[in-house]
Amino acid sequence: MHIPDGYLGPATSGFFYVAMLPIWTAASRIVKKTLKARQVPMLAIGAAFSFVIMMFNVPIPGGSTGHAVGGVLAAILLGPWAACIAITVALVVQALLFGDGGITAIGANCFNMAFVLPFVGYYVYRAVSYNAPLDANRRVIAAGVAGYIGINVAACLAGVEFGLQPLLHHTASGQALYCPYGLSVAVPAMAGEHLLIFGWVEAIVTALAIKYLQKQAPELLPEGGV
Amino acid sequence: MKITTKLWVGIAVLILLSPIGLIIPEHFKAGSAWGEWGADEMQKLVGYIPQGLEKLSSLWNAPMPDYAFKGWEEKGLPYLSAAYIISAILGIGLTVLIVFLVGKILAKKGE
Repeated sequence: MHIPDGYLGPATSGFFYVAMLPIWTAASRIVKKTLKARQVPMLAIGAAFSFVIMMFNVPIPGGSTGHAVGGVLAAILLGPWAACIAITVALVVQALLFGDGGITAIGANCFNMAFVLPFVGYYVYRAVSYNAPLDANRRVIAAGVAGYIGINVAACLAGVEFGLQPLLHHTASGQALYCPYGLSVAVPAMAGEHLLIFGWVEAIVTALAIKYLQKQAPELLPEGGV
Repeated sequence: MKITTKLWVGIAVLILLSPIGLIIPEHFKAGSAWGEWGADEMQKLVGYIPQGLEKLSSLWNAPMPDYAFKGWEEKGLPYLSAAYIISAILGIGLTVLIVFLVGKILAKKGE
Protein backbone atom coordinates (compact mmCIF):
# COMPACT_ATOMS: atom_id res chain seq x y z
CA MET A 1 0.00 0.00 0.00
CA HIS A 2 3.09 2.25 -0.12
CA ILE A 3 2.32 4.35 -3.20
CA PRO A 4 5.65 5.10 -4.98
CA ASP A 5 6.69 8.32 -6.68
CA GLY A 6 5.20 8.69 -10.15
CA TYR A 7 1.90 6.91 -9.56
CA LEU A 8 -0.02 9.95 -8.34
CA GLY A 9 -0.17 13.18 -10.28
CA PRO A 10 0.77 16.51 -8.67
CA ALA A 11 -2.87 17.37 -7.92
CA THR A 12 -3.41 14.23 -5.85
CA SER A 13 0.00 14.32 -4.16
CA GLY A 14 -0.47 17.98 -3.28
CA PHE A 15 -4.04 17.45 -2.09
CA PHE A 16 -3.00 14.82 0.43
CA TYR A 17 -0.05 16.83 1.73
CA VAL A 18 -2.44 19.72 2.31
CA ALA A 19 -4.99 17.36 3.88
CA MET A 20 -2.39 15.91 6.25
CA LEU A 21 -1.14 19.28 7.55
CA PRO A 22 -4.17 19.97 9.80
CA ILE A 23 -4.26 16.29 10.79
CA TRP A 24 -0.60 16.31 11.89
CA THR A 25 -1.18 19.63 13.67
CA ALA A 26 -4.25 18.29 15.48
CA ALA A 27 -2.38 15.08 16.32
CA SER A 28 0.48 16.93 18.00
CA ARG A 29 -1.91 19.28 19.80
CA ILE A 30 -4.07 16.44 21.13
CA VAL A 31 -1.19 14.13 21.96
CA LYS A 32 0.43 16.99 23.86
CA LYS A 33 -2.68 17.15 26.05
CA THR A 34 -3.23 13.43 26.54
CA LEU A 35 0.04 11.51 26.25
CA LYS A 36 1.75 10.87 29.54
CA ALA A 37 5.56 10.68 29.75
CA ARG A 38 5.34 7.04 30.88
CA GLN A 39 3.41 6.18 27.69
CA VAL A 40 6.22 7.35 25.38
CA PRO A 41 8.01 3.96 25.38
CA MET A 42 4.74 2.27 24.32
CA LEU A 43 4.40 4.80 21.50
CA ALA A 44 7.91 3.92 20.32
CA ILE A 45 7.08 0.20 20.59
CA GLY A 46 3.92 0.81 18.55
CA ALA A 47 5.94 2.54 15.81
CA ALA A 48 8.58 -0.21 15.87
CA PHE A 49 5.88 -2.91 15.68
CA SER A 50 4.24 -1.22 12.71
CA PHE A 51 7.60 -0.83 10.94
CA VAL A 52 8.65 -4.45 11.38
CA ILE A 53 5.21 -5.92 10.58
CA MET A 54 5.30 -4.03 7.25
CA MET A 55 8.52 -5.91 6.38
CA PHE A 56 6.73 -9.27 6.50
CA ASN A 57 5.65 -9.43 2.89
CA VAL A 58 3.03 -12.05 2.24
CA PRO A 59 2.90 -13.50 -1.27
CA ILE A 60 -0.04 -14.19 -3.51
CA PRO A 61 1.62 -17.13 -5.33
CA GLY A 62 2.63 -16.09 -8.85
CA GLY A 63 1.11 -12.68 -8.25
CA SER A 64 1.86 -9.74 -6.05
CA THR A 65 2.82 -9.29 -2.41
CA GLY A 66 1.43 -7.26 0.42
CA HIS A 67 1.64 -6.93 4.17
CA ALA A 68 -0.14 -5.87 7.32
CA VAL A 69 0.43 -2.36 8.67
CA GLY A 70 0.25 -3.12 12.39
CA GLY A 71 -1.16 0.33 13.01
CA VAL A 72 -4.51 -0.60 14.51
CA LEU A 73 -2.74 -2.02 17.57
CA ALA A 74 -1.10 1.31 18.42
CA ALA A 75 -4.49 3.02 17.93
CA ILE A 76 -6.19 0.63 20.36
CA LEU A 77 -3.47 1.03 22.99
CA LEU A 78 -2.70 4.75 22.76
CA GLY A 79 -5.55 6.29 20.78
CA PRO A 80 -5.74 7.12 17.07
CA TRP A 81 -3.97 10.49 17.29
CA ALA A 82 -0.89 9.04 18.98
CA ALA A 83 -0.98 6.14 16.50
CA CYS A 84 -1.09 8.69 13.66
CA ILE A 85 2.20 10.19 14.85
CA ALA A 86 3.87 6.80 15.38
CA ILE A 87 2.87 5.44 11.94
CA THR A 88 3.78 8.73 10.23
CA VAL A 89 7.32 8.49 11.59
CA ALA A 90 7.62 4.86 10.39
CA LEU A 91 6.31 5.76 6.91
CA VAL A 92 8.62 8.77 6.53
CA VAL A 93 11.67 6.70 7.51
CA GLN A 94 10.60 3.96 5.07
CA ALA A 95 10.25 6.47 2.25
CA LEU A 96 13.47 8.42 2.88
CA LEU A 97 15.82 5.60 3.84
CA PHE A 98 14.48 2.65 1.86
CA GLY A 99 12.49 4.18 -1.01
CA ASP A 100 9.42 2.28 0.21
CA GLY A 101 6.64 4.69 -0.72
CA GLY A 102 7.37 7.85 -2.68
CA ILE A 103 8.54 11.21 -1.36
CA THR A 104 5.76 12.93 -3.28
CA ALA A 105 3.28 10.34 -1.97
CA ILE A 106 4.09 10.74 1.74
CA GLY A 107 0.92 12.81 2.18
CA ALA A 108 -1.29 10.18 0.53
CA ASN A 109 0.42 7.22 2.21
CA CYS A 110 0.11 8.89 5.61
CA PHE A 111 -3.54 9.73 4.94
CA ASN A 112 -4.29 6.08 4.15
CA MET A 113 -2.11 4.25 6.66
CA ALA A 114 -1.44 6.78 9.45
CA PHE A 115 -4.85 8.51 9.52
CA VAL A 116 -7.68 6.45 8.03
CA LEU A 117 -6.36 3.05 9.18
CA PRO A 118 -5.85 3.86 12.89
CA PHE A 119 -9.03 5.93 13.15
CA VAL A 120 -11.28 3.34 11.51
CA GLY A 121 -9.59 0.59 13.53
CA TYR A 122 -9.90 2.49 16.78
CA TYR A 123 -13.61 3.22 16.46
CA VAL A 124 -14.44 -0.29 15.28
CA TYR A 125 -12.57 -1.66 18.31
CA ARG A 126 -14.42 0.67 20.65
CA ALA A 127 -17.79 -0.24 19.15
CA VAL A 128 -17.23 -4.01 19.20
CA SER A 129 -15.56 -4.09 22.63
CA TYR A 130 -18.08 -1.68 24.17
CA ASN A 131 -18.58 -2.47 27.87
CA ALA A 132 -16.59 -5.71 27.63
CA PRO A 133 -14.49 -6.56 30.70
CA LEU A 134 -10.72 -6.18 30.24
CA ASP A 135 -10.18 -9.94 30.07
CA ALA A 136 -13.13 -10.65 27.76
CA ASN A 137 -12.67 -12.61 24.57
CA ARG A 138 -14.82 -9.99 22.89
CA ARG A 139 -11.83 -7.61 23.14
CA VAL A 140 -9.67 -10.06 21.17
CA ILE A 141 -12.38 -10.40 18.54
CA ALA A 142 -12.87 -6.64 18.50
CA ALA A 143 -9.15 -6.16 17.84
CA GLY A 144 -9.25 -8.63 14.93
CA VAL A 145 -12.33 -7.02 13.39
CA ALA A 146 -10.79 -3.58 13.86
CA GLY A 147 -7.55 -4.64 12.16
CA TYR A 148 -9.43 -6.24 9.26
CA ILE A 149 -11.75 -3.30 8.63
CA GLY A 150 -9.08 -0.65 9.25
CA ILE A 151 -6.63 -2.01 6.69
CA ASN A 152 -9.35 -2.72 4.14
CA VAL A 153 -10.77 0.79 4.23
CA ALA A 154 -7.24 2.14 3.82
CA ALA A 155 -6.54 -0.23 0.91
CA CYS A 156 -9.80 0.74 -0.84
CA LEU A 157 -8.85 4.37 -0.50
CA ALA A 158 -5.41 3.71 -1.98
CA GLY A 159 -7.20 1.95 -4.85
CA VAL A 160 -9.35 5.03 -5.43
CA GLU A 161 -6.27 7.28 -5.40
CA PHE A 162 -4.53 5.03 -7.97
CA GLY A 163 -7.70 4.68 -10.04
CA LEU A 164 -8.39 8.40 -10.35
CA GLN A 165 -5.05 9.08 -12.07
CA PRO A 166 -5.93 8.04 -15.65
CA LEU A 167 -9.02 10.24 -15.40
CA LEU A 168 -7.05 13.22 -14.13
CA HIS A 169 -3.91 12.99 -16.23
CA HIS A 170 -3.48 11.61 -19.74
CA THR A 171 -1.90 12.62 -23.03
CA ALA A 172 -3.96 13.70 -26.05
CA SER A 173 -3.65 10.16 -27.40
CA GLY A 174 -5.07 8.70 -24.19
CA GLN A 175 -1.87 7.36 -22.61
CA ALA A 176 -1.81 7.74 -18.86
CA LEU A 177 0.80 10.06 -17.37
CA TYR A 178 0.87 8.43 -13.95
CA CYS A 179 -0.88 5.27 -12.67
CA PRO A 180 -2.35 3.75 -15.85
CA TYR A 181 -5.05 1.67 -14.17
CA GLY A 182 -8.48 3.20 -13.69
CA LEU A 183 -10.94 2.76 -10.84
CA SER A 184 -12.44 -0.41 -12.32
CA VAL A 185 -9.05 -2.17 -12.05
CA ALA A 186 -7.31 -0.45 -9.15
CA VAL A 187 -10.11 -0.59 -6.57
CA PRO A 188 -10.96 -4.29 -7.02
CA ALA A 189 -7.24 -5.15 -7.06
CA MET A 190 -6.39 -3.27 -3.88
CA ALA A 191 -9.62 -4.17 -2.08
CA GLY A 192 -9.60 -7.80 -3.23
CA GLU A 193 -6.05 -8.56 -2.10
CA HIS A 194 -6.64 -7.04 1.30
CA LEU A 195 -10.09 -8.58 1.81
CA LEU A 196 -8.78 -12.03 0.88
CA ILE A 197 -5.29 -12.10 2.37
CA PHE A 198 -3.53 -9.09 3.89
CA GLY A 199 -6.57 -8.00 5.93
CA TRP A 200 -6.50 -11.35 7.73
CA VAL A 201 -2.84 -10.85 8.58
CA GLU A 202 -3.66 -7.48 10.16
CA ALA A 203 -6.62 -9.08 11.98
CA ILE A 204 -4.53 -11.93 13.37
CA VAL A 205 -1.54 -9.86 14.53
CA THR A 206 -3.81 -7.28 16.17
CA ALA A 207 -5.95 -9.92 17.92
CA LEU A 208 -2.94 -11.94 19.10
CA ALA A 209 -1.23 -8.84 20.46
CA ILE A 210 -4.35 -7.88 22.45
CA LYS A 211 -4.70 -11.46 23.72
CA TYR A 212 -1.07 -11.39 24.88
CA LEU A 213 -1.50 -8.02 26.60
CA GLN A 214 -4.68 -9.20 28.36
CA LYS A 215 -2.55 -11.85 30.06
CA GLN A 216 0.69 -9.93 30.54
CA ALA A 217 -0.31 -6.30 31.03
CA PRO A 218 -4.06 -5.73 31.22
CA GLU A 219 -3.36 -2.26 32.62
CA LEU A 220 -2.33 -1.22 29.09
CA LEU A 221 -5.73 -2.09 27.67
CA PRO A 222 -8.25 0.42 29.05
CA GLU A 223 -9.70 2.51 26.28
CA GLY A 224 -7.55 5.47 27.19
CA GLY A 225 -6.48 8.14 24.74
CA VAL A 226 -8.66 10.31 22.58
CA MET B 1 10.57 -8.57 33.50
CA LYS B 2 8.81 -5.28 32.77
CA ILE B 3 6.19 -5.47 30.02
CA THR B 4 8.02 -2.89 27.89
CA THR B 5 11.20 -5.01 28.12
CA LYS B 6 9.24 -8.07 27.00
CA LEU B 7 7.76 -6.14 24.09
CA TRP B 8 11.20 -4.86 23.00
CA VAL B 9 12.44 -8.46 23.05
CA GLY B 10 9.42 -9.32 20.88
CA ILE B 11 10.37 -6.56 18.40
CA ALA B 12 13.95 -7.86 18.31
CA VAL B 13 12.70 -11.38 17.55
CA LEU B 14 10.48 -10.03 14.76
CA ILE B 15 13.48 -8.16 13.31
CA LEU B 16 15.52 -11.38 13.25
CA LEU B 17 12.62 -13.22 11.60
CA SER B 18 11.92 -10.44 9.09
CA PRO B 19 13.78 -12.13 6.19
CA ILE B 20 10.79 -14.52 6.10
CA GLY B 21 9.03 -11.56 4.45
CA LEU B 22 11.69 -11.67 1.74
CA ILE B 23 12.23 -15.41 1.31
CA ILE B 24 8.62 -16.65 1.17
CA PRO B 25 7.49 -14.23 -1.60
CA GLU B 26 10.64 -15.18 -3.55
CA HIS B 27 9.82 -18.88 -3.12
CA PHE B 28 6.28 -18.40 -4.46
CA LYS B 29 7.55 -16.20 -7.32
CA ALA B 30 5.41 -13.34 -6.12
CA GLY B 31 6.38 -10.02 -7.65
CA SER B 32 6.01 -6.43 -6.49
CA ALA B 33 3.04 -5.22 -4.49
CA TRP B 34 0.14 -3.99 -6.62
CA GLY B 35 0.89 -0.46 -7.77
CA GLU B 36 4.54 -0.59 -6.71
CA TRP B 37 6.10 -1.72 -9.98
CA GLY B 38 9.29 -0.19 -11.33
CA ALA B 39 9.30 1.62 -14.69
CA ASP B 40 10.54 -1.46 -16.60
CA GLU B 41 7.84 -3.67 -15.08
CA MET B 42 5.30 -1.06 -16.12
CA GLN B 43 6.57 -1.32 -19.70
CA LYS B 44 5.81 -5.05 -19.61
CA LEU B 45 2.41 -4.60 -17.97
CA VAL B 46 0.85 -1.90 -20.14
CA GLY B 47 3.24 -1.63 -23.08
CA TYR B 48 4.54 1.85 -22.29
CA ILE B 49 6.00 3.84 -19.41
CA PRO B 50 3.67 6.68 -18.46
CA GLN B 51 5.66 9.90 -18.98
CA GLY B 52 5.02 11.40 -15.56
CA LEU B 53 5.81 8.11 -13.87
CA GLU B 54 9.09 7.85 -15.75
CA LYS B 55 10.07 11.34 -14.67
CA LEU B 56 9.05 11.04 -11.02
CA SER B 57 10.02 7.44 -10.32
CA SER B 58 13.71 8.33 -10.07
CA LEU B 59 13.05 11.49 -8.07
CA TRP B 60 14.45 10.11 -4.83
CA ASN B 61 17.63 8.10 -4.48
CA ALA B 62 17.10 6.18 -1.27
CA PRO B 63 20.37 5.22 0.46
CA MET B 64 19.16 1.61 0.96
CA PRO B 65 16.60 0.96 -1.77
CA ASP B 66 14.25 -1.97 -1.09
CA TYR B 67 15.84 -2.66 2.30
CA ALA B 68 19.11 -3.73 0.69
CA PHE B 69 22.54 -2.31 -0.04
CA LYS B 70 23.04 -0.78 -3.47
CA GLY B 71 24.67 -3.25 -5.84
CA TRP B 72 23.65 -6.30 -3.78
CA GLU B 73 20.68 -7.16 -6.02
CA GLU B 74 22.42 -10.19 -7.55
CA LYS B 75 24.07 -11.44 -4.38
CA GLY B 76 21.51 -14.08 -3.46
CA LEU B 77 19.12 -14.58 -0.59
CA PRO B 78 21.55 -15.06 2.33
CA TYR B 79 23.14 -11.68 1.63
CA LEU B 80 19.80 -10.03 0.96
CA SER B 81 18.45 -11.49 4.20
CA ALA B 82 21.37 -10.05 6.14
CA ALA B 83 20.81 -6.68 4.47
CA TYR B 84 17.11 -6.94 5.32
CA ILE B 85 17.88 -7.44 9.01
CA ILE B 86 20.41 -4.58 9.00
CA SER B 87 17.78 -2.40 7.28
CA ALA B 88 15.23 -3.33 9.93
CA ILE B 89 17.67 -2.46 12.73
CA LEU B 90 18.60 0.91 11.16
CA GLY B 91 15.04 1.81 10.12
CA ILE B 92 13.44 0.80 13.40
CA GLY B 93 16.29 2.35 15.39
CA LEU B 94 15.77 5.67 13.63
CA THR B 95 11.98 5.45 13.94
CA VAL B 96 12.20 4.72 17.67
CA LEU B 97 14.67 7.55 18.19
CA ILE B 98 12.39 10.06 16.43
CA VAL B 99 9.29 8.86 18.29
CA PHE B 100 11.13 9.19 21.61
CA LEU B 101 12.22 12.73 20.71
CA VAL B 102 8.72 13.72 19.55
CA GLY B 103 7.23 12.02 22.61
CA LYS B 104 9.61 13.84 24.92
CA ILE B 105 8.66 17.17 23.40
CA LEU B 106 4.92 16.48 23.48
CA ALA B 107 4.24 14.30 26.50
CA LYS B 108 3.28 15.66 29.89
CA LYS B 109 6.16 15.40 32.29
CA GLY B 110 6.04 13.47 35.53
CA GLU B 111 3.01 11.33 34.72
